[in-house]
Amino acid sequence: MIPRSREEIRDIIFDALGAIAPEVDPAMIVPDRSLREQVDIDSFDFLNFIIRLHETLGIDIPEKDYAELFTLDSAIEYLVGRCATHL
Amino acid sequence: MPSLGADMEAGTLVEWLTKPGDEVKRGQVVAVVETQKGAVDVEIWEAGTVDKLIVETGRKVPVGELLALLRTSGESTTAVPETPETLEPQRVATVSALAIASPSRVETAPVSAVASARLRVSPSARKLAEELGIDITLMRATEPGAVIARADIERAAKEKTTTPVATRTTTPDWHAQMRIAIAAAMSRSKREIPHYYLATDIDVTAVIRWLETENLKRSVTERLLPVVPFMRATALALHEVPELNGFWVDGAFQPSAAVHLGMAIAMRGGGLVAPAIHDADKKGLDQLMADLRDLVTRVRSGRLRSSEMSDPTVTFTNLGEQGVESVFGVIYPPQVAIIGLGRITERPWVKDGTVVVSTVVTATLAADHRASDGHRGGLFLAALGRLLQEPERLR
Repeated sequence: MIPRSREEIRDIIFDALGAIAPEVDPAMIVPDRSLREQVDIDSFDFLNFIIRLHETLGIDIPEKDYAELFTLDSAIEYLVGRCATHL
Repeated sequence: MPSLGADMEAGTLVEWLTKPGDEVKRGQVVAVVETQKGAVDVEIWEAGTVDKLIVETGRKVPVGELLALLRTSGESTTAVPETPETLEPQRVATVSALAIASPSRVETAPVSAVASARLRVSPSARKLAEELGIDITLMRATEPGAVIARADIERAAKEKTTTPVATRTTTPDWHAQMRIAIAAAMSRSKREIPHYYLATDIDVTAVIRWLETENLKRSVTERLLPVVPFMRATALALHEVPELNGFWVDGAFQPSAAVHLGMAIAMRGGGLVAPAIHDADKKGLDQLMADLRDLVTRVRSGRLRSSEMSDPTVTFTNLGEQGVESVFGVIYPPQVAIIGLGRITERPWVKDGTVVVSTVVTATLAADHRASDGHRGGLFLAALGRLLQEPERLR
């Protein structure tokens, strides 16, 4: 896959979140606090969030890695790494 | 006009999706009706040929009012007399009188979609919007409650060239309307139904492990949510205690042979709806997941169907996701039970005389004491727990 910059990944995350919770202002998201808490998404929304990331980035996100997407910071870190290594 | 809830008194016919002379199939969506809880696709319950549309669009009529005349296959066109009285008119989309009370129609996440469901759009405006590529969900009527007309669409088309996305607005009375609908159903429930409540902790280690293994093999789009095996086990356990599945009507319990599982779905921005997954007991996990996905998606961005609103035979609510440990449910009349699921969590658990770490969930039942007793309710929860120990058999 193509390596992606942190900024690109952040925008992709915001797009995916925006599709699920359009009322959320990305600027208000505290980067080191739980995303699910701030955006009020349930497991169904979260699965759709993962599916969108999977489709946009072309990477597989195994269920055991879901915890890596807990906060905005950790999600960016994880996805940047995943895109760099995923073949 | 079908009853789409025990608290519904009238509905406004927003749009006909059929016309005289059309052949219609059973289950086909023939009209859009605006209720206090939003717009609903109305399905027809008999196949035939549409003979005459009685109620014109935009008119508000009480539940039970004749909407249209339908000729069934036996009746030939020529034999149809002019007067509807002698025609044995079939009522279009007569939904069971056992309609569920509170499936509050839901408009949620995309706030724009909220508006769409509350909006009344004239059919010609709807057509024009399609032609011009205008998203009706982003439209706002000139005043609350007004019907969106062609002029509004034309104006939106002009604005579209300058602003790519129309301003998103919520309809002002949507929350109030939904609260009124929920208030009516829930007040009736607490007034009329003598609830009894049971709770039990279930060791779900086996089913959660099985699910993890199963999901490892699946691509992200095919993964199952933990709630799915619980839905399946609930539907099967209801077979063992049928007095929890059905309706309390006119002083007597009417059991339902089918299990239509009403899924309580919380709305973004408040409110909830509990539309049915039909025949949940006859569906495997993959089908239930697909149905749940379809239902939640339509709840949040599309429209529900009249049958989903009117015929859940029991309700299932999962409040564990925000950390709730146990749910003490309020029954949707005329149903007689609501099954609740709390948070799936690791807890110390005694097994064979030793304390071990187990994955545990608290399952609860609120049931109508007129229709069943605590002993039977206890048997239901026991059956639920037993079924969850053998996940392979739930497939």
